[in-house]
Amino acid sequence: MAENVKPRVRVPKTASRDEVITIKTLISHPMESGQRKDKDGNTVPRSIINRFTAEFNGQLVVDTRLEPAISTNPYLEFDARVPETGEFKFTWYDDDGSVYENVQKVDVS
Amino acid sequence: MLISRRGVLAASAGLAALGLLPIAVRAQDAAAAPAMTADDMIAEFTGGAAVADGDGVTLTAPEIAENGNTVPISVDAPGASEILVLALENPTPGVARFTFGPLAASQAAATRIRLAKTQDVVAIAKLADGSFVRTASNVKVTIGGCGG
Repeated sequence: MAENVKPRVRVPKTASRDEVITIKTLISHPMESGQRKDKDGNTVPRSIINRFTAEFNGQLVVDTRLEPAISTNPYLEFDARVPETGEFKFTWYDDDGSVYENVQKVDVS
Repeated sequence: MLISRRGVLAASAGLAALGLLPIAVRAQDAAAAPAMTADDMIAEFTGGAAVADGDGVTLTAPEIAENGNTVPISVDAPGASEILVLALENPTPGVARFTFGPLAASQAAATRIRLAKTQDVVAIAKLADGSFVRTASNVKVTIGGCGG
């Protein structure tokens, strides 16, 4: 359904141990709410990203349930703590079953 | 065989009823599934526990949003495990539900939401001690979102 879905994430490449870092994520997606009608008066079926998770080395940072009230190209910003060198894994779950992933490595000194 | 007016009427009424019934049922199902009211969602989130007004959760939203399609909001509830965000006057009141894990440095998040019209945005947080607090912020919307 959704085309050209592209995740974009901003994570610092390096951090000091247990530093608090702010993560910004955005994924290009229409987030069709299921409320709109096309020009013939037919309801456009709902098609949204319904869940987003962020993990660092397998430990949860944030797990978010998204509803149709989230704007087009869902944007999320939150803070994470990095105890060691490792990888952030961001996952978006689409209504149509697609799963989009993005991995970001952080060096902790 | 005689075709009486009464017979034809009865038969067509029966057909119409048969034909319409499944549609009516389907329409009801479709409406029932996503149409959770705000109260339902709060009950699901709290499990029926009391929700106190006041300290512990902060909701930041603009006083006036010119474009209801993208309204920036942020929520912050130090020590909370979960935060539920609702827009009470939207066609579907749910907005988002944040669950914070052990590596969340703060129990805060920011996003952009749609608001159909001027309304209260509500945030309810489940605090570390298991109690619930809520806060609300009125947002005046000039042009509604949701494709109005």
